[in-house]
Amino acid sequence: MEPLLAIRGLNVRFGPSERPVPAVADVDLDVAPQEIVGIAGESGSGKSTLCGAIMRTLVRTARVSGEVMFSGRSLLTLNDGEMARLRGRELSMVLQNPMTSLDPLYTIGNQVEEVLRERRRDGAGLRPGGAIEVLRRVHLTAPELRVRQYPHQLSGGMRQRVLVGMATAAAPKLLIADEPTTALDASIQDEILILFRELRETAGSAVIIVTHDLSAIRRLSDRVVVMYAGRIVEEGPTGEVFRAPRHPYTRALLASLPRIEGDEVHLEPIPGQVPDLASLPPGCAFAARCPVAKDICRGQRPPESVVADRHRLFCWRAEETA
Amino acid sequence: MTANEPMVEASGIGKTFTLPAQSLFGEAKRVAAVVDVSFRIPHGRTFGLVGESGSGKSTIAKMLLKLEAPTEGDLRVEGQPIFRQSPAEELAYRRKVQAVFQDPYGSLSPRMRADRIVSEPLRAHGMPRREAEARAPDLLRIVGLPPEAALKYPHEFSGGQRQRLAIARALSVDPQLLVLDEPVSALDVSVRAQVLALLRDMQQRLGLTYLFIGHDLAVVRYLSDIVGVMYFGRVVEVGPARQVLRQPFHPYTRRLVALASGDAPLGAVRMQGELPSPLNPPSGCLFRTRCTYADTTCIDQRPEMRDAGSEHMVACHHYEAVVAGTKAETGPQLREA
Repeated sequence: MEPLLAIRGLNVRFGPSERPVPAVADVDLDVAPQEIVGIAGESGSGKSTLCGAIMRTLVRTARVSGEVMFSGRSLLTLNDGEMARLRGRELSMVLQNPMTSLDPLYTIGNQVEEVLRERRRDGAGLRPGGAIEVLRRVHLTAPELRVRQYPHQLSGGMRQRVLVGMATAAAPKLLIADEPTTALDASIQDEILILFRELRETAGSAVIIVTHDLSAIRRLSDRVVVMYAGRIVEEGPTGEVFRAPRHPYTRALLASLPRIEGDEVHLEPIPGQVPDLASLPPGCAFAARCPVAKDICRGQRPPESVVADRHRLFCWRAEETA
Repeated sequence: MTANEPMVEASGIGKTFTLPAQSLFGEAKRVAAVVDVSFRIPHGRTFGLVGESGSGKSTIAKMLLKLEAPTEGDLRVEGQPIFRQSPAEELAYRRKVQAVFQDPYGSLSPRMRADRIVSEPLRAHGMPRREAEARAPDLLRIVGLPPEAALKYPHEFSGGQRQRLAIARALSVDPQLLVLDEPVSALDVSVRAQVLALLRDMQQRLGLTYLFIGHDLAVVRYLSDIVGVMYFGRVVEVGPARQVLRQPFHPYTRRLVALASGDAPLGAVRMQGELPSPLNPPSGCLFRTRCTYADTTCIDQRPEMRDAGSEHMVACHHYEAVVAGTKAETGPQLREA
């Protein structure tokens, strides 16, 4: 099937050109229509910058190169007006912080209606009760009451639902959710994740969910992409990657989660820390923390190895990690 | 001090906040953030407090740090009521108890160098600056930071390193009790594991007692000996960590544990019903508006804490039948008494 989103050779650099900070490097990624893709990675892995590059919401000083094809259009070459028309309609985003993404001075109804009005610039009038319908669709209790309330009167989970409702009001072809559940309690996290799945089922949307919460990715996504220091290190079907991770970083990341064995809880920290993007080593960025690194890992960047159908990784020891 | 006197003993502590009146003649509304909470933390052990946001966990941490005074009950540390201390006792208490908070960015002054940050508590307790800062390399080493870190400013550290710095600062005055309020929640998974391993190691080496607040049950279980589960200001279940988080009795804990296990497919375990309003709490059991087992007893009567054996206490009318699998799912109960 023709991918909905096709990213080729995407690079994002910040800072002065003589000492660039490569926040995203050489990313190739396809997302099929109606597919849910999880992007996992720690802070500094470039996952949020990647989303910003797709949505074109990065600061002006970011230098973006490569190609981002969305539904047959090249996003990086659209003018601002064309991009703005795409955003919110075909391409939408939910951000991490439900506290600051809503304006405290306007009612929820006001803000949802503003989005609806924006989507219907073509002249079609605003249906009464449109905002209530949006809130009902994200299972907010008492939507008739909520439209008259202000953001501070809603809990964090409710606000996140409002944002998901706003982002999906126009049934986008692709929704990008950047850490959508990070600040929320477990019971509410699951409810938000379920909304994304419903969005795929009812509106046929594809979803990219970016998070460091591996359990959310495992349960929601069809495919998982693991990033480290701005690069994709492993990508594959979610079940396969979680069952049998191949990249040493993916393995270390999964081992660092607390797991219960009998009466004891075990976790294995990854030694060392995430490298400074401004002074990356010439080889594999994970080599300094990798338990199986060889000389070549420190000296040369690993090539792509396709280890199974749609499962690829970038590791010099790809053959031996099976 | 007797041999089995606990480090911390809370007896029926509560905290009620009064909200500003909506109108000049209107009645001021009151919100109970913590209601009738009792627990004991033995020396050298960890008491883990879990619950959703707004359940009152942090209010309890603040009481132990004397940042909030309880409006009910009695809170003692090593037998001493901490809200009836002489100034000298209070000074000694503030050395004995230290805290590490969630946000490693907001809790370190950006203008202070690391050596000053970690030695600040010593200076606050009267040690001359030179002498205090001379202790910095030692403190940094204990938390696994290199000696040259002493000369850096907070912005030069990663989130995990900042949290190490915050722990080093807390340890500077040789405390006996650490209040850890979501200390790893803001950290990446791999870094989180490092800091958790450090906290466990510190406890074993220094014999520290911890109050550990978290919402990630696996993390809480990694460190805790005893666990208390809070719901809307009340402790609904308390007992040995292994039991409470492995064979929970209270329907709320059971739901939390099922959600946290991550084994169930998405949507298989859901919280039903509605969150109660803290301004207008439901009658009877506070959890009945979300509990699938709730029946009319739960509307009419507030469940008392009952002894379930092996120091395991639970506040549920029906836990025996719930655990045995014989309780009919007649809830949630949304109507008022």
